[in-house]
Amino acid sequence: MLEVSLRHRFSAFALDVSFSAQTPGVTALFGASGSGKSTVLSIVAGLLRPQAGRVALDGAALLDTAAGVDVPAERRRCGVVFQDAKLLPHLSVETNLRYGARRAPRSEITGAGPSFAEVVDLLGIAPLLRRRPRALSGGERQRVALGRALLSRPRLLLMDEPLAALDGGRKAEILPFLDRLRDVAGVPILYVTHALDEVDRLADTLVLMEAGRVLAAGRLETLAARTDLPALSGRRDAGAVLSCTVQAHDIARGLTGLGFLGGELRVPLRIEPAGTRLRLRLRARDVAVATEAPRGISSHNILPGTITAIAPAGPHEAFVTLQVGPTPLLARLTRDSVGTLGLAPGMAVFALVKSTAFDHG
Amino acid sequence: MNPSAWLAPPAWLTPDEWQAVRISLIVASRSTAFGLPLAVLAAYALSRGRFAGRSVLDALVLLPLVMPPVVIGWGLLLLFGVRGPLGSLLQDWFGVRLVFTTAGAALATAVMAFPLMVRAIRLSLEGVDPGLEAAARTLGAGPIDRFVTVTLPLMAPGILAGAVIAFAAGLGEFGAVITFASNIPGETQTLPLAIYAATQVPGGEATAAKLSAVSFSLAIAGLLLSELIARRMRRLLGM
Repeated sequence: MLEVSLRHRFSAFALDVSFSAQTPGVTALFGASGSGKSTVLSIVAGLLRPQAGRVALDGAALLDTAAGVDVPAERRRCGVVFQDAKLLPHLSVETNLRYGARRAPRSEITGAGPSFAEVVDLLGIAPLLRRRPRALSGGERQRVALGRALLSRPRLLLMDEPLAALDGGRKAEILPFLDRLRDVAGVPILYVTHALDEVDRLADTLVLMEAGRVLAAGRLETLAARTDLPALSGRRDAGAVLSCTVQAHDIARGLTGLGFLGGELRVPLRIEPAGTRLRLRLRARDVAVATEAPRGISSHNILPGTITAIAPAGPHEAFVTLQVGPTPLLARLTRDSVGTLGLAPGMAVFALVKSTAFDHG
Repeated sequence: MNPSAWLAPPAWLTPDEWQAVRISLIVASRSTAFGLPLAVLAAYALSRGRFAGRSVLDALVLLPLVMPPVVIGWGLLLLFGVRGPLGSLLQDWFGVRLVFTTAGAALATAVMAFPLMVRAIRLSLEGVDPGLEAAARTLGAGPIDRFVTVTLPLMAPGILAGAVIAFAAGLGEFGAVITFASNIPGETQTLPLAIYAATQVPGGEATAAKLSAVSFSLAIAGLLLSELIARRMRRLLGM
């Protein structure tokens, strides 16, 4: 369990943050620029000392201003991946990678954790080892920074918008590594970002920040289905997040079946093998609602469910929250439709989802 | 190091002229070697440190740049003279006398070149991203470890630039040296002092011209050498 609670007042900005997250697992600090996400990360890393606060990892305090505990950053064993890599320019890639490993306690080196060769292999950076950071592309630098942090045998990985400086292609190059990292390394990760797609893909716990405060914190799936969080629901791509497992591919029809708790979705053919776990954002604007089972319709996905809530979304629209088995879905409908169909909490309805709604994921 | 065993004098310089060149080189190297570590510390403290009296230290370091060199020389005389508070201590404890010696000339030169050295080093230190030190810190490097493995190598070009400029300035330092160490041939008479002495006697023009030419060549050679080393260093540092 990672517990963070801190207060710090800058001249024009006050930070008052408190959350806890399950470990291992990925906790995303999500919010607009200037909401204080990176400051929280610096405090957890020990690079900034707050006026008051406590940071504890699995019960051990890294910082506790009340008790006078402040473990210096160099002994906190927090691997940090900075937005701009921060590789040491005068050292080769290999020396950079080994910089943290050389300084980790000996008992940790021989203990569990990926070896140098494993990390180099995982990140595909073997051809870069002799080069200088200057000669690397942005994506390569981030991979090396990731490897360097991993090899320092961290108890906690901190990532400060590691993909923000990269374009779409480079981002796509790194994301699979982060996926694997989460599954392979078993190190808890605190991940700062303002990109919703990274949150969807990586986060288990979501901490929603705004203007130095925590708006909400909890499981990603739970928070994504809430309609009272403008930072999430105000977006064009607001919607429920589903944890799915790839079940089967129907190559002849060009469809893949994805199972989630409470139902199954059919989406255009995916490349992941059966059994792969993945997260999908089902955007509220891609979900339609019918009061009886429709026939003669092109949508592949007709999911029976129950309306649990209806909340306003803008002046003329509404969010309808549906429960499909244990999984909540969000639909964004016009208020006119809600009135015409007489939708109300408790009603049994059908959620309609076009297969192609998942193209963006 | 035995100064008299240094290089062979070129034929076109008289022994006296050669002596002035030699003394100049010795004084400039000693003052640079002595001042450099202190200048690195001062630059680091001024650019990275957070302590009371930082601006006072800043002003103190810059003082020789804005004061008449003669005043600095006289101040050193008061401090390090045989009856001065520091000079008498050095004399009593170590039997070291600085006034009217080569070491004294080096001290005066070092004090005068110190601000130039600090400024060059500080400039390059301010170009070193503190985020790199923070990154090293999160990787487990303590303060000294960070300084040696990150900060020092990255500010090396500035240290080199500081050393070259201090050496070049040291070859030409006049006022502080003549005030504190006097103009003793073979002991404290550096190039500019010898040129000055030569212009004061009838028929000294040839000596003055030759020594001026030597000054000019040394300065040019120093600049070219430093440029060469700086370029190689930048490549070595991946910058």
